[in-house]
Amino acid sequence: MMSEGSSFMKGMIFGGIFCLIMSFFETFNPGTHSEGHNHLHHHLKPVSKDELQKLSESQMSEFAMQVRVYCLIMVTPKLLVHWATANDTWSKHCDKSVFYTSEASKALDAVDLQEQDEWTRLRKAIQHAYENAGDLHWFFIARPTTFAIIENLKYLVLDKDPSQPFYIGHTEKSGELDYVEYDSGIVLSYEAMRRLMEVFKDEDKCPERGRALWKMSEEKQLATCLKYSGVFAENGEDAQGKGLFNKKSVSSLISDSISQNPGDVVEACCSDMAITFAGMSPSQIQVLMYGVYRLRPYGHDFHDSLTFLPPKDSDND
Amino acid sequence: MRRFKQNFLFLSGVAVSIFLTITYSHVQKTRTSSFVRIARNISTVKHTVAQNRNATLDSSQKVRVLCWVMTQPQNLQSRTQHVHATWGKRCDTILYMTSKNTDFPTIGLNVSEGRNQLYWKTIRAFQYIHKHHLDDADWFLKADDDTFVVIENLRHSLSKHSSEDPLYFGRRFRPFVAQGYMSGGAGYVLSKEALRRFVKGFADGLCTHTTELEDVGMGQCMEKMKVEMGDSRDVFGRQVFHPYPPGNYLVRQLRRQRPWYLIYDHYTPVEGPGCCSDFAISFHYINAVEMHTLEYYTYHLRPYGYKYRFNPDELK
Repeated sequence: MMSEGSSFMKGMIFGGIFCLIMSFFETFNPGTHSEGHNHLHHHLKPVSKDELQKLSESQMSEFAMQVRVYCLIMVTPKLLVHWATANDTWSKHCDKSVFYTSEASKALDAVDLQEQDEWTRLRKAIQHAYENAGDLHWFFIARPTTFAIIENLKYLVLDKDPSQPFYIGHTEKSGELDYVEYDSGIVLSYEAMRRLMEVFKDEDKCPERGRALWKMSEEKQLATCLKYSGVFAENGEDAQGKGLFNKKSVSSLISDSISQNPGDVVEACCSDMAITFAGMSPSQIQVLMYGVYRLRPYGHDFHDSLTFLPPKDSDND
Repeated sequence: MRRFKQNFLFLSGVAVSIFLTITYSHVQKTRTSSFVRIARNISTVKHTVAQNRNATLDSSQKVRVLCWVMTQPQNLQSRTQHVHATWGKRCDTILYMTSKNTDFPTIGLNVSEGRNQLYWKTIRAFQYIHKHHLDDADWFLKADDDTFVVIENLRHSLSKHSSEDPLYFGRRFRPFVAQGYMSGGAGYVLSKEALRRFVKGFADGLCTHTTELEDVGMGQCMEKMKVEMGDSRDVFGRQVFHPYPPGNYLVRQLRRQRPWYLIYDHYTPVEGPGCCSDFAISFHYINAVEMHTLEYYTYHLRPYGYKYRFNPDELK
C-alpha cells in the first residue's frame, strides 16, 4: 500500500516540476514576436485621462504635431455617391486626404492608379502615400463606404510612437492569421509603412499579384506581408474594452443592442469615442456628421487635453 | 504485475499534477482579468453620470419642465418604452397619457383612442395636469411617443423667458390660424400662464373642440386667449423643433417641389446644414432604433478635443 502511494506521489512531484520548467521556457522564448507581444490577443487602448494630465504643455504640442493623419481613400467609379460623400464630409478632418481610384472619373478628382486588381491597387496607393507623406506619421486606409471620426483616431494613437510598428483596427482571425478588417478602416504607423515598402520588394513573401490558385482578400494579403516584417494586428478599443472600429452601421449596432440588451441599449452598444462605422448610406452619413460634430446638450462640457480645430471648408460640422 | 502497477501510479501522478497546474493557472488568468475589467468599467460609468447630473441640477432649479407624452396602450412596447429609456426620465415630471390607466405607468384620460380623438386627448391631458401638477413645473411640454426631445436644450431655450408670461413655443406653422400654430408632432411648450389660460378658455366656453387636429385646435385656443407665439430659433436663426427626422432637413436636395412641412413653415425654411441648430430640441417620426441612435449621438458619441464651430456663449 505504502509503496503504491509513494509511486503516485513521486508522479505528482515529477509532474509539478515538469510544469514549472515548461512555464520558464515560455517566458524566455522570444520566437518571432518582438518585445511586448507575448500575449495571444493584441489590444490597443487610448492613453488614460490621468496620464494625459501629467503631461507638460510642450509634450502636448509635440503629441499634437506627431499625431497628424494621412488618409488613403480607395474608391472606384461604381461607388461615386459614397466617394462624393466622403469627399464632402469626414475626409476633410484628415491632415491630408488622397483618393485613389481604379479608373478616372469625370466627376471627382483622384490619383488614378489604372488598376483593377484590389491588392495591387492597395500596394500602389501605399507606395504613393509613403512617398508623399511629408512629415505625416500616421496613415489611415478606408473605403468610401467607411465613416471615420479622425479626432478619435488621433486620441487613440496620441501616445503611441509612430517610429514603432503599429497596425490597428478591428481585428479578425483567419486560421493562424490575425488581420485588420478593411471596411472598418486600417491604421498604420510610419514604421509599419516603411517595413511594408521593404517587404513589397520580396516577390515570394509578398507577391504583387496574388497567385491565381490561391487568392486571398487584400486585407489578408496586407496582414501576411506585415507579419513577415514582424508587424502584428492590434484591436483598437476604449478603456472599457469596447471596439472603436466598427464594420457595421450605427443603426445595425443599435438594433442588435435593442434585442440583446434592452435595459441598457446605448451603454452596451457602442463606444463614446468610436472611430469608424461602415455600410451607412450618404444620407445617414450626413446625419452622423451632424450628430457627431454638432448636436449636443447645452451645458455638457468636456475638458479634453488637446484641441482640434474644425476644417476650413465644410459646414455640417 | 507489481512493477506495472507502480509505473501506472507514477504516470497517473504526473498526469494529475499537470492537469491541476493547468486548471489553476487558467482560473487565475480569467478571474483577475475580468475583475480588473469590471472595476474599471464601474468607475468610468459613475464619472460620466456625475458630470451630467451636475449640469441638469443647475438648470432644473430654475426651469422645471413637465413632459406629457401622447400615447396609446398598443404603442407602449413598440414606442413608449423607448421614450422612457431615453429622454423621458430627463423631464422633471414625465406623464404618459392614454385612454386607460396601466402599470407602465400611464394615466387614463376619459377619451377613446383614434386620430379623431387627439384634440379631446390634449384637452383632457392639460386639464388633468392643471388640476394635479400645476405647481410641479414652470413649463409644460406636449410630445408624441415618436418624438425625441433634448431636455437640456429646451431648458436653455426657455431660461430666457418668464413662465408667468402667456407664451407658447414650438415649430411655427402658417396655415389655418391667423397667428399660426405650433406643429404637434415636433412638440410644443406652454408657459404656466398659457396653461392657465387654456384651461380657463375651456371652462368659460371661449375655447371649444373646434377641430380633430389637436395642434390646430391648440393654436386656435391660444390665439383666442391672447397667448403669444414665441420664436425659439437660435441666434443664427436655425430651427430647434423639427416635425420630421434630421435626415429630412440636413441632406441638401436638388431642386424639387417642396414638401408640405416646409411649405407650412412660418419662418423661411432652410435646407441643408443651416436647417437645424446644434442645440436642437426635438425631432419627430422617430422609431425605436432612431430613438436610441439620437440618444447615442446627443449624449455619447463625440469627437475628442473638437472645438465646436457654434459657441453662442463666446459670442457675447
